[in-house]
Amino acid sequence: MSERQPLLAVDRLTMRFGGLTAIDDLSLDVHTGRITAVIGPNGAGKTTLFNCMTGFYKPTVGSVRLNHPQRGTLALEALASHQVARAAQVVRTFQNIRLFPKMTVLENLIVAQHNPLQEASRFSLAGLLGLPSYRRAETQAVEKAVRWLTRLGLIDKADLAAGDLPYGTQRRIEIARALCVDPILLCLDEPAAGLNPRESAELNALLQSLVRDDGLSILLIEHDMNVVMNVSDHICVLNYGRKIAEGTPEAIRTNPSVIQAYLGEEEDERYDGDKGAAR
Amino acid sequence: MGEPVVQVLGGATLADRSKDALAVAFVALLLGIPMVGLTTVDQGGTLQVATRWPILAAFVLAVFAGRLVLRYLADRLGERRVRRERSLTSSDQRRTAGGRRMIVRVGWLAFIGALLLPIAFSDNRYVVDTATTVLIYVMLGWGLNVVVGLAGLLDLGHVAFYAVGAYAYALLSTQFGWGFWVALPVAGLIAAGFGLIIGWPSLRLRGDYLAIVTLGFGEIIRVILINWTEFSGGPNGITSIPRPTFFGLPFKPPSDEPTFASFFGLEFSPVHRIVFLYYVILVLCVLTNVFVTRLRRLPVGRAWEAVREDEIACKALGINVTNVKLSAFVLGAMLGGVAGVFFAARQGFISPESFTFNESAIILAIVVLGGMGSQLGVVLASLVLVLLPELGRDFAEYRMLLFGTAMILIMIWKPGGILSKREPTLRHAREEGRP
Amino acid sequence: MNVVKNKKWESGKCMALALQQLINGLTLGAVYGLIAIGYTMVYGIIGMINFAHGDIYMVSAFIAVSAFTLLASLGITSVPLALLTVLLLSVLFTSVYGWAVERTAYRPLRGSTRLAPLISAIGMSIFLQNMVQLTQGARVKPIPPVVVGGFDLYASEGFTVHLAYSQLLIVIVTVALMAAFSYVIGKTSFGRQQRACEQDPTMTALLGINVDRTISLTFMLGATLAAVAGVLVTVYYGVVDFYIGFVAGIKAFTAAVLGGIGSMPGAMLGGLLIGLVEAFWAAYLSPEYKDVATFSILILVLMFRPSGLLGRPEVEKV
Repeated sequence: MSERQPLLAVDRLTMRFGGLTAIDDLSLDVHTGRITAVIGPNGAGKTTLFNCMTGFYKPTVGSVRLNHPQRGTLALEALASHQVARAAQVVRTFQNIRLFPKMTVLENLIVAQHNPLQEASRFSLAGLLGLPSYRRAETQAVEKAVRWLTRLGLIDKADLAAGDLPYGTQRRIEIARALCVDPILLCLDEPAAGLNPRESAELNALLQSLVRDDGLSILLIEHDMNVVMNVSDHICVLNYGRKIAEGTPEAIRTNPSVIQAYLGEEEDERYDGDKGAAR
Repeated sequence: MGEPVVQVLGGATLADRSKDALAVAFVALLLGIPMVGLTTVDQGGTLQVATRWPILAAFVLAVFAGRLVLRYLADRLGERRVRRERSLTSSDQRRTAGGRRMIVRVGWLAFIGALLLPIAFSDNRYVVDTATTVLIYVMLGWGLNVVVGLAGLLDLGHVAFYAVGAYAYALLSTQFGWGFWVALPVAGLIAAGFGLIIGWPSLRLRGDYLAIVTLGFGEIIRVILINWTEFSGGPNGITSIPRPTFFGLPFKPPSDEPTFASFFGLEFSPVHRIVFLYYVILVLCVLTNVFVTRLRRLPVGRAWEAVREDEIACKALGINVTNVKLSAFVLGAMLGGVAGVFFAARQGFISPESFTFNESAIILAIVVLGGMGSQLGVVLASLVLVLLPELGRDFAEYRMLLFGTAMILIMIWKPGGILSKREPTLRHAREEGRP
Repeated sequence: MNVVKNKKWESGKCMALALQQLINGLTLGAVYGLIAIGYTMVYGIIGMINFAHGDIYMVSAFIAVSAFTLLASLGITSVPLALLTVLLLSVLFTSVYGWAVERTAYRPLRGSTRLAPLISAIGMSIFLQNMVQLTQGARVKPIPPVVVGGFDLYASEGFTVHLAYSQLLIVIVTVALMAAFSYVIGKTSFGRQQRACEQDPTMTALLGINVDRTISLTFMLGATLAAVAGVLVTVYYGVVDFYIGFVAGIKAFTAAVLGGIGSMPGAMLGGLLIGLVEAFWAAYLSPEYKDVATFSILILVLMFRPSGLLGRPEVEKV
């Protein structure tokens, strides 16, 4: 397993904000066809890691390499945030859900297909003239959106404004929208936050099916231990920006330093979940 | 069930409200003393202080009473809103669909009305002339609506592009003899070029930088036009700008060459030209509307709205936010430029006077009050804002004051504008209904 | 012989002209700096440009005109007493205006869309400009010179370098105010609260600090500095009209951006630089286009160094 080239290799990444070191010399591999989870207490640097990977922050030191099956090796830390999604096909979601609230669910998913559609519209000319080539592209885009909406059980919400829907639904919309970009690596920032038990069980099933049936790889930041322990193939534990443990769910469950740093803070966890639900 | 909420909201007693109104009146007094209570008047070369205490007293009293009434009304409205939200059902969606049909119908009615207006008022120059002015503002409003309403960028110097278009046509026609129809797209492109130069450095940064850069640009264009006399004629502007012709036929009194009147065997009348100009701007408006409405349903248009809603999400989806913003800004600049060409051709004379910040503020007010992103809202707001000062001198004097106040109130009360119902660019339901 | 003397005279004149522009530029720059601090403080705490700030400055200049005229009609002839009274009155009333702007145009819109407070602020700016035009008249208001005289620093054939007392006053007041201000922001509890709100308003609120009050006070402090700038400009130029806020606002904002928005020393530095550029541009190139120079600086800074001279690069909050 270890000889195989990883899909994504985070190498000796450090991110400092002024005097604060949010990530400290972190290395991490993400393998194709797996679900990798990053866990750790609040402020451990998980979201900062995502921001460094997806072009929102420029890491102080270190590199993030993506071995793209078609496009060779890409240095993600040097790409602009939109290029990470476009050229490297690494797509992320956000902890505090970022939908286009006034647009409908379907429109949200169509916007995610902006680049291919914009190309098909030839600087909007073909689109303005309503040429068949553009109309075909648009129909395909809608079909793709409808396919994902159906799969995630959102199809009856397609024409509603995304911002008016319940929290759990918005989470799913954000995942569906990310899937419309055709990612090879999907990065989910706390997808289970604020979900009820039934919803989070559905999420488990969805994540597993995405890897099994669609050949996706997933990198996950999560607080919900149910989700993490049930679906992850590999877990990396952060504390104060450092990696303190790594391994299979079983190994992590019994790792004493993890228990001390993270699982011992169950109280905090529950509080965090409540806050998410209230949002 | 309804009682407790009502009680909470309606709980404010008269004493509470009076106390609140008294506090507000006190602030009004402090604000009013230096501005309303005191003023300086010029008496034989030196300033003298003049007091206006009765007016100040009236002002403070009006604020007190106004606050009292407003608070009462706001509380009552709040109650009603709570009740309405409770009884919200699926009928709401049906109502939306009905509203959409209504807006389309009103739009068509307005268009037919606009088409027939010169025929109905063929003997009334003033009406047709005013209607032309309204349509210029509609066009400016629609141009700015792309920038502010759709892409969510604050452009405080839209008038600069209007000026660029006007001066481009004025110079191209008087210096190089270009015709109106040839100069129209070229001047539009020149304005778009300016949009590119201004937009590129500021749009990569946060939204408010664009606002201040456009504000500065609007002022700079004016400074240059006033001072660069050889180029722009300075404060005197440019005169005898050629009017548009009817496919080469000028609107002139009978002479040797064929004119519009002689060609069609009509008796010459200055009204012909006014009616013709009216139809020219109507055509330009219709083209703009079709163009913008179609763009909104294309990827670029959806990206504009997406950028307005959440830039960071756009980046995470692979959208180049700077390019998207730039395309909206440049398009707005181009439409402003085209409107400027028409303005110059209609007036036959332009000077920097016509392109002040007030003009930008009026256009922005049209977009903001009408409903950001709403095409019909812009038309209604243009009608109100152009016709209001025509009602009387008092209105004209207080116009900008009212606009400023209205902009603040609208933002607090209904940030989307008065007509703010957003129409989705595509629907799944209809998509399914297709064979 | 003659040629040498001529040359010497030429270079002397050159130096004198440059020195004079230096003095004028620094005076002007101090005023821009004072206004710029208001922009930078408000931007620091709520992350938004206060579009009405230039008009607050204009309002204070009008208050100064009324106050000076009033004092003159009361027969107060002592210049220091008149200055002090006018400064106090202007600061008092103008800070109420600053407070009112925040309460009406910003506070109700906290948590609204990003565009909404910007539009309401520009609405407020339009309102103030036209309100003053209606209540105080559209004409230019001249007042008789308050602080007259000055030093001749250097005089040679046909050219003198003059430092007016009013210029000296501007520089002294600005320096004193800056010192007081650094103390308030750096050492007092208000300053700590203010800096805390800048960094994390939610956390600050959780710690039991009244964020609303801190923001209100920030607007009032900004208005206070603008008020002082307004009084000083009235004394210096002796004329005021309702349009001065607009242009000064853009220039002071440019100063704030040049210095690095959010940084108070940066705002002062930016103000001085803008003042110098304007004075030298007006003297050596063309006085008509001095506003163009400022605007070009704004564009260049935004292109090449958007974080300004002393500012920190902005990290997008994701």
